[in-house]
This record gives sequence, structure tokens and C-alpha cells, in this order.
Amino acid sequence: MFDRRLIQYFDWGLLFVTALIGLIGLVTLYSAATAGGQAVLKTMYLKQLVWYGIGFFVMIFCFIFNYKHLDQWANVIYLSCNGLLVMVLLFGKFVAGSRRWLVLGPISVQPSELIKIAMIIALARYYSKAAGSAGVTLRELVVPCLLTAVPFLLIVKQPDLGTALMLVLIGGSITLFVKIERRSLACLSGAGIVLIPSVWFLLKGYQKQRILTFLNPDRDPLGAGYHIIQSKIAIGSGMIFGKGFLKGTQNVLSFLPEQHTDFIFSVLAEEWGLAGAVTLLFVFFLLLARGTSIAYKCRDPFGTILSVGITAMMFWQVLINIGMVMGLMPVVGIPLPFISYGGSSIITMMIGTGLLMNISMRRFMIE
Amino acid sequence: MNTILKSVDSNWYRSRLTGMLFCIIAAFLVLLARLFYLQIIKGNEYRRLSESNCIRIQYIKPQRGLIFDRNGTLLVDNRPSFDVNIILKDAKPLHSTLDALSRYIHVPVQELLDRINQRSAPAFKSILLMEDVGRDVTSAIKAHQYELPGVGIDVVPRRQYIYKKSAAHLLGYLGEINADELRSGNYPEARSGDYVGRFGIEKIYEPYLRGRGGGRQVEVDAAGKVVRVLKTVDARQGHEIQLTIDSPLQRKTEELLEGKVGAIVAMDPETGYVLAMASSPSFDQNEFVNGISRDKWRVLIDNPDKPLQNKAIQALYPPASTYKIITALAGLEEGVVNDQTTVFCPGAYRFGDRTFRCWKRQGHGKMNVEDALTQSCDVFFYQVGRLVGVDKLADCATAFGLGSKTGIELGHEERGLIPTSQWKKRRTGVAWQAGETLSVAIGQGYNLVTPIQMAVLTSALANDGIRVKPLIVKQIRTVDGTVLIENQPQAIGRLPFSKKNLDRVRKALWKVVQGERGTGKIARIKDIDISGKTGTAQVISRKRNEDNPEEMLSKHLPHAWFVAYAPSGNPQIAVAVIVEHGEHGSSGAGPIARDLIQSYLAGKNKTDAEG
Repeated sequence: MFDRRLIQYFDWGLLFVTALIGLIGLVTLYSAATAGGQAVLKTMYLKQLVWYGIGFFVMIFCFIFNYKHLDQWANVIYLSCNGLLVMVLLFGKFVAGSRRWLVLGPISVQPSELIKIAMIIALARYYSKAAGSAGVTLRELVVPCLLTAVPFLLIVKQPDLGTALMLVLIGGSITLFVKIERRSLACLSGAGIVLIPSVWFLLKGYQKQRILTFLNPDRDPLGAGYHIIQSKIAIGSGMIFGKGFLKGTQNVLSFLPEQHTDFIFSVLAEEWGLAGAVTLLFVFFLLLARGTSIAYKCRDPFGTILSVGITAMMFWQVLINIGMVMGLMPVVGIPLPFISYGGSSIITMMIGTGLLMNISMRRFMIE
Repeated sequence: MNTILKSVDSNWYRSRLTGMLFCIIAAFLVLLARLFYLQIIKGNEYRRLSESNCIRIQYIKPQRGLIFDRNGTLLVDNRPSFDVNIILKDAKPLHSTLDALSRYIHVPVQELLDRINQRSAPAFKSILLMEDVGRDVTSAIKAHQYELPGVGIDVVPRRQYIYKKSAAHLLGYLGEINADELRSGNYPEARSGDYVGRFGIEKIYEPYLRGRGGGRQVEVDAAGKVVRVLKTVDARQGHEIQLTIDSPLQRKTEELLEGKVGAIVAMDPETGYVLAMASSPSFDQNEFVNGISRDKWRVLIDNPDKPLQNKAIQALYPPASTYKIITALAGLEEGVVNDQTTVFCPGAYRFGDRTFRCWKRQGHGKMNVEDALTQSCDVFFYQVGRLVGVDKLADCATAFGLGSKTGIELGHEERGLIPTSQWKKRRTGVAWQAGETLSVAIGQGYNLVTPIQMAVLTSALANDGIRVKPLIVKQIRTVDGTVLIENQPQAIGRLPFSKKNLDRVRKALWKVVQGERGTGKIARIKDIDISGKTGTAQVISRKRNEDNPEEMLSKHLPHAWFVAYAPSGNPQIAVAVIVEHGEHGSSGAGPIARDLIQSYLAGKNKTDAEG
């Protein structure tokens, strides 16, 4: 069971990068939490530290066993996470217009975060058996669609459009990666080109407005449009070297909602400027490159696809969150991995990292 | 098989991984480019904008919906008013600004400071200093604006009730929204400091009346002055409500109740539209618009005549002799009496070991059912009641809707009480005594009704036995005229009495006013054919004060009822009037009903003639 080579092949690089991002995250969160002057947020960074701690042990747990066992457990994990999603709809705490949390004593869990991993595992398992160099056919796509659609619908009902979108992006990325068979791809694209305009016409007036506003926040100058403008001002005002630690004119940001979650990148960019922002981007890039490299070195399909899925998840969250706060993407509430405040997100990312390590350190094991 | 596939797949996967990495790089380059754009190219501009928190949102308060009467006369609207606010971040140096402000508007600095400390808010948010100030204050501030950085004037709409104290209970009043209500989610677009309906139509139709706030994205300079308006989202004005009441008639009812305690409800018996609803004493709704002062509130609360109570729907009274309409119908329908039946009234009726007196000491003599109703003979109805029994009486009463809410769209309506033997057993554990039926039969005992129930009863009688739902709102529409709700008359049933019996009762009611011996003679007018019924509701036992009438305190005087409809052949209006401690139904309430009907029909004839 315990092979010495496991230590030899242990991925210290990945651990280092993860820890670095976590550290940057804590420092930024400290600033976002305390500078606003509102007492409620002060303990936030301490809680985040606790979550990092718990996440650390979760991560260790995730690479102790051989990831290939996940193949057998995939269904159980997937079904339990969906079960949790159903429970959230029934018993979840209703906050600010949606139900996303299950309250278990002092902790609140957000199952929509966990289902991301569960879905990735399930999809990886399926594709590892079904995929071939010719690509997947339409018939073979039915199961993956279902695997994505079920949690997607459950999350849309909460409602949490951002996370639901993530599921589609992750599922789509994995599917595109394993290649869709050319004819099937043509069919799908054709269907898409026809369906999307017809669905558009079927929508009611106010629904169309909602989508347009979602895509272009400027149409909502008192709400999302205003937040994005303030975020851009915050980021832009950082200029090259930023305003300095704790010196972000938090006047600007203390009325940015969710400055500790959605807009935390803006806090960092304001205080550390282009220098700081580019550094963070670079470290994220290292993380993603690492994930890609692990997929590259892995010898079995399941591990490869699993790594790709996890890397895709991190990639999309980074891209959409940072893109959004800079005004490039629609406003969706997606946490920035390891940086945004939130226990469930930390745990999910730690599981992801743990699994990546798992795959990485067993790359020498040929079946 | 697997191994072959795997090795093929491994290489193949690797090429796809290279593609994936390429995509990631491309995406990051886009992010980098954007960062560069924001922080380098636009860096200086954004730095400037962030320094004084230059881009802000100004909230535009929506105009609350207007309320009209059935003819389109404006009853409630909004007037422009001015609030003084301060933004601490711009008002530097704070003390000299407050000193200057204090000098110009004659308010002590300490008071201003108290206000600021009271409403803690982030430094860039405006704090309300003074509400609803006059032009002298606004011109003083505007003239000395350079000495008062951060001090601003907001123009806000404030509610105005055009006819002071008129239809106060119907229209209702406003109150400032509190923290619990803001959290509850029932007021999704409200903000702290907003006023919401607390009573009456203002409350019931709050979602329609409120409208939707708008806002402006503005760029301000270092002193907080608006330099540029970037974007505007217009506020949406609240929807308009058209009530069913007739404003001149409404004011007439209040005039007639002046100095008295009681209520009036006037309805159109065919449609169910409430033409007027008044409760006295009343209050001035305008006093609530900026938050009523504690003293004024105490005055209203401590007044034993309860001015805040809408007596038309909330107060319960014994129906007294007006109830004989029900007893008569019950007797006729059960066959206990018919038009031949006569009873002799000697002035009292002995039942069991008690003597039940008739209000007329000397007695009425020989009576048939029509006479008994016209002259309101107690003895006749004691006997009818005894024969019919309390439960059958209750059935007839509930057929008219007594004992249940009428369903009018106002809060706090009372159901009243119509006793049955079952009810009494359940309530007190004691069985119903036959003697109690006698009191019930003449509208005393456990019976309790509201004025609106009596108006609905009268309407059903006037409308040939067809019951209609009382309606207070005719139409709700948007500012540009799109109708959102139109309340059409709604029939809710038919009285289960034969036409013959209903006609008989109606004939008796006609004679109440038009006949020589009718108790309601006082309501007779030339040219208008009124039918009605008087009622005198005992407050305490009559017997105790019979011997010394002068000693009867006014608060022990009975309540005066009068229900009526006109014109008898084709009724257009049905009224129920109650005057607390008015002493006699005839003299206390009769003239009011008469004047009201005359005022309405005369006015109507005039407009019909003109139209």
C-alpha cells in the first residue's frame, strides 16, 4: 500500500503554488474585511484560516488513497451530492432571494460547490470508458448530458445561475476535450444555431430584459452596472504599484457588495496595482499549467480526464470572476478559487488540488 | 484491446492537452490586456475618480399613487416638499459647516449633531437632517451654499389628503417603515426612511400605491456637488386608485356626524358600491405624513370615543328594532304568522316568571305583522320569536350575512355575533333559555352587528332580495390609464325568502316613514319616497332608569339606529346610520338618514338633468 515512491513523486510544486495563492488570499481578505470598518467582517479572515486548516486535512485525505478507487465510488458520490442539492431546495436557509445553504449547527454547507467535483468524477469515469480517438457520438453524449443536466436544474431552482453556468462550462470543457465526433459536432452546432434564436423568440419581454441586462451590466446603472463601475475604478486606480496595503480607499469598496467574495480581486488590484494583479495571475497560471502537466504525465484515461476536469473548473472560475470584476463578463456570483471568502469553495478547491496531487504522485503506477 | 487504445489515447490526449494549454494562455493574455487598459491607460482617470468617491448614486423617490372618488375628484395626492441632508465626507470641516448651517436655519448645532449620530451611515451616504422644511430654509441654504459643503436639499414628494378628516378611516394613513418590516421581505423595494400605508386603503393597496424608485448615476466634485449626470433610471409613479365613494356625499356624512359619535354607511343596492363610509370622531390623516408627534398620538389613543376606530366596520352594536325585519321574515317564512295573524299588545308580555315590556307603555292594541313592523311593537315580536325559536332566527339572520364579515376590502372588519343554542352551550356551558329568545327577537340580547352589515342587509332588501358584495375600490389603473383591476358588481346570493313575504316587509318599511303611525315619520321628505326602520339599542337595562329619566347619564342613553333606502320603487341608495347614545332611533338617527338621502338623490337628479 504505502510505496516509498509516493513520497519521491510527491508534487511539492503544486503544494507550494496552492499555499502561495492561499497566502495571497488571506492577506487580501484581511484588508477587505477590516478596512471597511464594519465589525461583522473582522473575524472573517480568521474563519477563512480555519477553513484553510480544515481544507488542508481534506486535501491530505484526498491523496492518501489511490484515485483509481474513485471509479467505484463515483456513483455514490454523485448521487449523495445530488441528494444534498435536493435537501437544500427543501430545507435550505432562505437568504437574499435564494436557497443555497444547508445549516448544520455552526457550519453552513453549500452543496452546489461540492457537486462540481462529483460531476467531474462521474464524467471522467464515463468518458474514460466511452471516449476514443474518433470522438464521442451523439448517442454517447446522452449520459453526460444527463449527468450535467440533473444538478444543473437543481441549482437553477435555488436560484443560483452562476454556479449552474459553471457546471455547463465544466461539462462542456471536458466533453470538448475528449472530442466530439465530427458529424455529431456538426449536428449539435446546427441544432444550437436553430434552437437559440427560437428560444429567444419564445421568451417573454421581461425575461429578455433580464438576459440583456445580465450580459450588459450597463443596462442596470443603479445595481450591477454601478458595482462594475466602482470595481473598475478600484482596479484602475491601483495603477502600477497600487495604493499600498490597507490603503485602498475603501470608501470605494466598502459599498461594493461582496467585497470579500465576488469583488476581492478588485481589492487586491487596488492595493497592489498592476504588479500585484499580474503576480496573482501568474501564480494562477502556474496552478493551471501544473494541472495540465499532471494530465499530460498521467498514463490512464480516467486520471487524465479527471485532471482536465479539475483544471477546467479552476480555469473557468478564475477567468469569469476576474473577467467580471473588470467588466468583461456578465455579473455572476462565482468565487475566486482560494481567495474569495467561503468555506465550501475552499474545501472544494482543496479536494480538487488533493485529487490532482493524488493523480500526480501515482503517475509511475502503470496499471 | 485496452492497452492498445490506451497508448493511442495517451498520445492523442497529449496533443489535445497542448491545445488546452494554448487556450488557457490566450484567456490569460486577454485578462492581462484588460488589466493593462484599466490600470495603465485609464489609470490616472480612475485614480481621480476614486479619490473623492466621485461616482455616486442618487435615489429618486417614486410618487405615491393618487386616489380619486368615483367621479374622478382627487382625494389624495402628493405635494413637493424639501428635506435637508448632509454627506459627512464632503462636509469638511464639519464643525464650521454645522455652525454656518445652524446660523442660517436657526437650529442649534447640538440638535444637528444628535441627528447625525442617530442615523449612523457610511461617510459617503446622505444623512437626513431636517424634513419637510419651508422655503425660507431652502433659500437660506441655497444662498450660502459655498459655506455649506456637503449640505444638500432633496425634493421629495409627500402625501397630501386634500379634504382634511374626510374618509380618514377609509383612506387610512402612513407610517415610517420599521426595521422588522424592511427585513420581512414584504416590502421588497422599500428603503429605510420610507413611509408605508398603515391603515385603510393606503395599507391594503400598498403594493399598488407605492410605485418604484429610480436613481441617477452622477459624478460629483470634491464638495459633493453634482458635476455630471451619467445615467438615469426613472422612477415609476404608483398606480391610481378610483374609489366607489362619492366625495360630496362623503363630506355630507361627516358634516351630519359632526359632534356625534357613530357611523354611517351608504351603498348602491344594485351594484354594491359603497357611496360613503364615515366614522366619527375622525382624525386628520395629514398629521401622520411626517410621523405623528407623540403628543398628538396620545390624544388620539386616550380619547374614549376612539377616533382611530373605523366604527362602520369595527364597532359592534345590538341591532335593536332593526332586527325585527329578520324576525318578521322568519315568522312569515315559517308560517308562524301570516297577513291575517293578529296579536294584542297591552304594553307588556308575561313569559315564564318575567314580564317583558313593550317600549310603548300603554301598548299598541291589536296588531298584524305589518303594523307591528311599522310601529315597532316589541310584544308582537316577542311572540313571533318565541314561536320561531332562536336557531331559526339565526338562520334568517345569517341568510342576510349577519354574523359574518361582509368581505369589504378593508382590514379589521368584525364579524359580529348571531347567537344559536349550540353557540351558547359551547361558549358558556349553559343551555339556551327560551326567555332569551325574546330579547334576541327584538335585536337585543347577544346580538351584535356592525353598521356595514346593516347597510348590506338593507341593500339586499332594497334590491329585491339579491345580495351584492360591498365594494370600495372601483378601479386601479396605471398613470397612463391602463386598467389593472376593475371591480364589477358581484352578486353573492339571493335571500331565501319568498317574494310575497319580502314585499310584505318592504311595504311595512315604507309605512314606517310614509305612514301615519310609523316610527320613522321624521324621515319623510316631499318628493322622495323613503322606506326604513328605526332601532333604539339599549346600553343598560331600561328598567333601572325608567323612573328617573332626568338622571340618565348621557353615556347610558341608548344608541340610535336608522336603516333606509330610497326611492322605494327603484332604490338607488341604501343607508345604515348609528349614533351612539343618540337616544331614539327616530330622532337621533332618522334626520341624518333623511338629509343624506336627500342630498344624494337631489344631487343625482341635478346631474342627470344636466347630463
